[in-house]
Amino acid sequence: MKALLIRDLQLAMRAGGGFGLGLAFFLIVTALVPFGVGPQSALLSTIAPGILWLGALLACLLSLDRILALDWEDGTLDLLACAPLPMEATVSIKAFAHWLTTGLPLVIAAPLFGLLLNLPSAGYIPLVLSLLLGTPALSVIGTFGAALTVGIKRGGLLLSLLVLPLYVPTLIYGAEAARRGAEGLSSTTPLMMLAGITFGTIALLPFASAAVLRVNIR
Amino acid sequence: MQLGVHTLSVARGGIAVLEGLSFTIKAGGCLILRGPNGIGKTTLLRTISGLQPALDGTIEAVEDSIAYAAHSDGIKQVLTVRENLAFWAEVFGTRDIAPALNAFALEPLADRPAGALSAGQKRRLGLARLLVTGRPIWVLDEPTVSLDVDAVAMFAGAIHAHLASGGIALIATHIDLGLEAEILDVTPFKALAPLALDDAMEGFL
Repeated sequence: MKALLIRDLQLAMRAGGGFGLGLAFFLIVTALVPFGVGPQSALLSTIAPGILWLGALLACLLSLDRILALDWEDGTLDLLACAPLPMEATVSIKAFAHWLTTGLPLVIAAPLFGLLLNLPSAGYIPLVLSLLLGTPALSVIGTFGAALTVGIKRGGLLLSLLVLPLYVPTLIYGAEAARRGAEGLSSTTPLMMLAGITFGTIALLPFASAAVLRVNIR
Repeated sequence: MQLGVHTLSVARGGIAVLEGLSFTIKAGGCLILRGPNGIGKTTLLRTISGLQPALDGTIEAVEDSIAYAAHSDGIKQVLTVRENLAFWAEVFGTRDIAPALNAFALEPLADRPAGALSAGQKRRLGLARLLVTGRPIWVLDEPTVSLDVDAVAMFAGAIHAHLASGGIALIATHIDLGLEAEILDVTPFKALAPLALDDAMEGFL
């Protein structure tokens, strides 16, 4: 299991691995929004939590089809299916590796990008907390979507359409937690809901992803 | 240790391709599958490897004893030859990749990125992976594609050593490997067409 995680991280870091793609996209979104909205710092402060969450979610979405498609193309998935590693573990590790290379950098960079959007100072900790709790769900749900579309050439469109509705609850509670934090309100309730979604998906979805993958490998 | 297949029927896309196939390979035995393109050799090998369910019949093999190798080798272009092999060795719980490198003369290439290898060298790396799995039953689908004469000899040597140590090999190939092996032509087991496909349906298969 450790070998698979290390290999996935190695692949992401090396040339053409796609590490930094999500981060760059996140930067582009947050840097361009002020130009689009105009120089009204009060308005920017109001929409900052929502924009940051939306940017993180779309950045995550961008790299989903890489989770399994590359391993499918070169036959690695077939070989992993024969390996002494349950498929559930394989998809869990893939999701974890995706979070480490996409979700975690977003969480770390978010406070910096919050500056660009004039996020109120009270909002930083809730923003980081909500992203930290929410982005694992994005990776796990995304892996499920990737497993559903793995055999399809250029399945990226279908993958996005399948995954987007599943992302909505995470986005609602995540952005709500960040917004309440920015307004100085308590964000405990949305954070709890967010944690619930994340732990629920981590516990249940790998089984669905593995089942779907077994069917798709046939 | 043996690999037994009893009245096995395999299907591709829900349509039976081979029916009523039976054979047994004992430890140290090798069976070579022959048959024209599209007859269902790959489907049969994938079914035996457990990648897809059988339509009917049983496959008798110890759990987690089969190593499968097919057209695509599962090689990562940006990792070196050594890293590729070490990864599979760790997944299968074996650590020593030196014999595998040695058997396919990969030492001089060990630190080269797999993406920089030629097709035949990649194939050798893919076959070397079999050695690090430590599995007794090898199920191989056209293993000699893009190998030159020397590499085919290397491969035959690796199969020989594997069989000598009590392993089993089931190989679909069209060339003569110079092995003492039984040959099974799967053509007589072709499934009778269960339904006539029109063009519109073929699009889904």
